[in-house]
Amino acid sequence: MAQDKSETEGFSAEGWTCPLPLRDYPAIVMAHGGGGKLSADLVRHLFLPLFANPALDALDDQAVIEIDGARLAISTDSFTVSPLFFPGGDIGSLAVHGTVNDVAMAGARPLYITAGFILEEGLAMDALGRIATSMAESCRRAGVQMITGDTKVVDRGHGDGVYINTTGIGIVPDGVHIAANRAKPGDVVIVSGEIGLHGITILAAREGLGFEADLESDTAPLNGLVAAMLEVTREIHCLRDPTRGGLASTLNELAASSGVGIEIDEAAVPVPPAVAAACEMLGLDPFYVANEGKLVAILPEEHAEAVLERMRSHPLGRKAAIIGRVVEEHPRVVVAKTGIGGRRVVDMLVGEQLPRIC
Amino acid sequence: MRYIQEYRDADAVRRVLDEIHRITTRPWVLMEICGGQTHSIIRYGIDQLLPDQIELVHGPGCPVCVTPLELIDMAIAIASRPDVIFTSFGDMLRVPGSKKDLLQVKAEGGDVRVVYSPLDCLKIAKENTDREIVFFGVGFETTAPANAMAIYQAHRQGIGNFSMLVSHVRVPPAIEALLSSPQNRVQAFLTAGHVCTVMGYWEYEPLAERFGVPMVVTGFEPLDIVRGILMAVRQLEDGRAEVENAYPRVVTREGNTQAQALIKQVFTDCDRKWRGIGPIPNSGWCLRPEYAEYDAALKFDVGDLEVTESPLCKAGLVLQGRLKPDECPAFGKECTPRHPLGAPMVSSEGACAAYYQFGRYSK
Repeated sequence: MAQDKSETEGFSAEGWTCPLPLRDYPAIVMAHGGGGKLSADLVRHLFLPLFANPALDALDDQAVIEIDGARLAISTDSFTVSPLFFPGGDIGSLAVHGTVNDVAMAGARPLYITAGFILEEGLAMDALGRIATSMAESCRRAGVQMITGDTKVVDRGHGDGVYINTTGIGIVPDGVHIAANRAKPGDVVIVSGEIGLHGITILAAREGLGFEADLESDTAPLNGLVAAMLEVTREIHCLRDPTRGGLASTLNELAASSGVGIEIDEAAVPVPPAVAAACEMLGLDPFYVANEGKLVAILPEEHAEAVLERMRSHPLGRKAAIIGRVVEEHPRVVVAKTGIGGRRVVDMLVGEQLPRIC
Repeated sequence: MRYIQEYRDADAVRRVLDEIHRITTRPWVLMEICGGQTHSIIRYGIDQLLPDQIELVHGPGCPVCVTPLELIDMAIAIASRPDVIFTSFGDMLRVPGSKKDLLQVKAEGGDVRVVYSPLDCLKIAKENTDREIVFFGVGFETTAPANAMAIYQAHRQGIGNFSMLVSHVRVPPAIEALLSSPQNRVQAFLTAGHVCTVMGYWEYEPLAERFGVPMVVTGFEPLDIVRGILMAVRQLEDGRAEVENAYPRVVTREGNTQAQALIKQVFTDCDRKWRGIGPIPNSGWCLRPEYAEYDAALKFDVGDLEVTESPLCKAGLVLQGRLKPDECPAFGKECTPRHPLGAPMVSSEGACAAYYQFGRYSK
């Protein structure tokens, strides 16, 4: 059926064969959206070859294009989260912050945002009202304007209440060239604060695990923090917000894009006690847990202390820390020095992070 | 995180490691039984900090790895039924069956859910009286008490739409099988701390004596593991073969007798096939006849399943410590974490997956 339809629409599916890494999965599994290896495969082996162009091929979290001398950063993201409301935020604030942050990770100043809503029949009007209000509040906080939008409704049972897609546009200041492929040996790796809060909060709220009281999502717009960092120096090489897939996936992406190794000191990575305890109980690794208000920065060592100091004076960077450095050895591989002096490879996740039996 | 962080203290671990280096005079082969210990060893890089003479062989104590293919296929068949809500611990979902895994069943429309306790299933059963709730009851002695409790409670509360696909295995028969093999290389065992928490360690005493092999009850934090290794090496160097407890803050000789009583009430000994190793007599637990109505294998007729293990997979030899993962011809070629042929390549507890990562680093 699908093939007939695409042919009548003038797109020839003829000649398309499922590329090798995708053949193991005849159907989409959850991990294709999990931000790990399967997500990367989908992009690399299906979408990239079909749409290849320089802005897309850079494979950053946002595209940077030049129009009449102005460099624009554009990013789009879809948000599905259950529950819709959680400690520290809701799907509305998440949808604004997520896209604002992706634009900001190019060093850009986010200016405008759009929203597409897919609503499920039966969604309480009150809930939608709260979500929209929260989005407006988040836009104000981030200093962006919502300039256009769209609404669709699907049958009851065909959506988790509401899905939101947002697209953001921002301007990249002169002299700022931040990209995933710019990490150089000798650079320092900084994380802006405690990791794992968003993912564990959502998991706890969803599963009723009983330690919700200690936890709140870290969802926040990071453009202010990025602007503050760029005031110190424009020589920041990489910025990325470690959302799904967590810190480990982000570091792996940066190592792969830049063709360098990254070495981190596990003890230096700030993990809040509640996240550490929850991960301990569930058999999860905080390095792979999602964040929504943190960034990873890679920059030359000579600017590291000054940038760190500036970050720590910003409300969203108070617990910023240097967690490691970029090395020439083991290109494309992230290695962690463990608390007891051993070393381990911090790989990308193959599938979703699943709780272990024992 | 108190009472955990203390057991990850770098100085304390270093002191024990120094002592191991000091007393080791010749090569020894030790096996850690439990996948949780393998995970810790790789997670903290403990194996790299030991003297070169000490070889750690990763044991079969990973329920994900040894659950037989027939049962995975049966789970997949049951989970595919539209009237079933299939529940499982998380990491069983990715174990390859003959044709697919449980995650693919979910992708194809099956109702497959991760639970954190089998008792959660009873709640799901009460909320979905028109559906059958099936729990994948895998694991060693560690998970048996909670699984037994779920059956016991279902029976007491008269919950008829709950059943369990039981695949319980026990550690002592596996150790006996390993030691009885003419190809055995293992000279001392770190037995599994969580298993002994439930069962105590008296069961291991006749084994240590009969085979002349030291056995040390060992925990899971870095300090626990190096202490277990130190005690095992000391016994080997002294020429002793005893059962010692390096995990006394949790484990007693008798174990948790209440849990044992509950297990006995619900389960009975039976033969079990271990994936990659083969059948081991009396090595598992099945539901007692009086609880047969909760046995998913009897409740659902899945017909004849055609079970095919990949001929390339040498997981059995790896699980017995007879082959290093990277010596397997399929390692890193046909078999990778993203496309595992055998279960040890699936989870971070699996020896093959751990080696795959470290191999990538050394290249």
